[in-house]
Amino acid sequence: MTSIIELYVFVLAAFVGYQVITRVPPLLHTPLMSATNAISAISLVGSLVLAGANRDTLSNWLGFIAVVSATINVVGGFLITDRMLKMFRREPKPAPGGALEKKTGGAG
Amino acid sequence: MDTRELVIQAIYLASSVLFILGLKSLSNPDRARLGMQQAAMGMALAIIGTLFHHEIVRFDFIALALVLGTVIGYPLGMFVPMTAMPQRIAISHMFGALAATLVGVAEYRINEHGLPRSTMAALGFEVLFGALTVTGSFMAFGKLQEFITGRPVTFRGQNTVNITLFGVAIAMFGYLIYRPQTSMVFYAMIGLALLLGVFMVLPIGGADMPVVVSLLNSYAGLASSATGFAIQNNVLIICGALDGASGFLLSILMSKAMNRSFGNVLFGAFGSPPALVAGTQAKDLTVHSVSAEDAAMRMAYASTVIVVPGYGMAVAQAQHVVRELADLLEKRGVTVKYAIHPVAGRMPGHMNVLLAEANVPYDRLYDMEEINSEFPQADVALVIGANDVVNPAARSDPSSPIYGMPILDVDRSKGVIVLKRSMNPGFAGIENHLFYAPNTSMLFGDAKSSLTRLVSEVKAL
Repeated sequence: MTSIIELYVFVLAAFVGYQVITRVPPLLHTPLMSATNAISAISLVGSLVLAGANRDTLSNWLGFIAVVSATINVVGGFLITDRMLKMFRREPKPAPGGALEKKTGGAG
Repeated sequence: MDTRELVIQAIYLASSVLFILGLKSLSNPDRARLGMQQAAMGMALAIIGTLFHHEIVRFDFIALALVLGTVIGYPLGMFVPMTAMPQRIAISHMFGALAATLVGVAEYRINEHGLPRSTMAALGFEVLFGALTVTGSFMAFGKLQEFITGRPVTFRGQNTVNITLFGVAIAMFGYLIYRPQTSMVFYAMIGLALLLGVFMVLPIGGADMPVVVSLLNSYAGLASSATGFAIQNNVLIICGALDGASGFLLSILMSKAMNRSFGNVLFGAFGSPPALVAGTQAKDLTVHSVSAEDAAMRMAYASTVIVVPGYGMAVAQAQHVVRELADLLEKRGVTVKYAIHPVAGRMPGHMNVLLAEANVPYDRLYDMEEINSEFPQADVALVIGANDVVNPAARSDPSSPIYGMPILDVDRSKGVIVLKRSMNPGFAGIENHLFYAPNTSMLFGDAKSSLTRLVSEVKAL
């Protein structure tokens, strides 16, 4: 029964993801990739348990490597996403009328 | 469910909400940064919450691994140049998939005997997708970093080999669900998946990288999600699904932008274009080359210039000079816009990031659909190291391998100036008639030095 509920969660989350991500403009597709990559490094929560549980040494070591890999993505992923998003700036003087004029007026 | 477990689950729920809100914020460039910072908070919360897990008894490994991961991850986040972003993203898919695969292996080892079939199915997915993504991403990284050749590597019967490998892996997976305790098969399947990742990316050329990188993004997400099923953790399922959906959507968008079919994307059986067939008659045509002085003159006295950047701009790291030139032109009253093709460069959004790095305001960057109607009014379209995405054969020549691919209608503008290293055909080996058109002038040379010359010529006017 639990696996059915998990399937529900998966399908609904994928649906939400699809809806949310459809709205991301092509402008931000690279930050989107690095962001989803950072977020999916949540597999860290599984790795942490593995690294710290009292199972056997090999499990701990597998967990250790997994935690290192996932942490690289968490730290590096969020930092680089932030670095990119920081760069996206509007026109310095964002008077809405002026911007509009620029878009249509420059044509001739 | 005891109190501790309840608290952990509540934290996971909060993190999930923060992640979704973070992704939602990406729909608006002005809010995106804050939203992603909140998502990072969500991640921190989830990590702290997990440390209270009842099974965790020792913290030495955890602390050491977290420190080591941070030490490696920090420079990967802070110091990697924007031009290296495609390979940076590719390698991060490898790390994510590696973590998922190792968790899968460890879970299998511990529970080898008496593993329920549903868990085995989840674990199978996890290691299959995970292992395939590990080597696939590493290959993609190698190709983008250029220590593996960027050209498609093909051999006779390649597709047969790939399909056979895939079939055998799936058969092994099926057998494992039937008999979860056969560990030999489990490890053989991982080996096969690792091999499959290599073979999958081997035949793919640089120009097709945006699709592959997105696809691997999706696979890495699916592997994480399968981890969630295997260890019954909802936050993992949710995040994996978000990542999977995102990568999937991007690969569809990218393949549409290259006019490749959906099935092509799903099975990764793309990559070797029927090279050097079309447009060979171009030999009799003449090329009009132009001096930097004339080109600068034409742009300086234009009223609208549309800049069309491509991978050549990234290679030459010319984005800052582009911006400098645009500034000078704007000072003279020229309207400068940027036309961005969805697959320009080596990953989705590659050009946008580079131009944003060069301080180009994002409201000057136009998508293909927005800008295509404006080319006929543009006095000059300045093509910087772009080739296939501006090839009119995609519109007019049914025999061309890229026929049907949506392109930027650069050829319809009043004049075209193309910055190009030489007349060698582009990556896919397809002849581009734009370069021979009567309204096209070629300015040969490295994109960056050509632009620098243009800048000094405009200054001298």
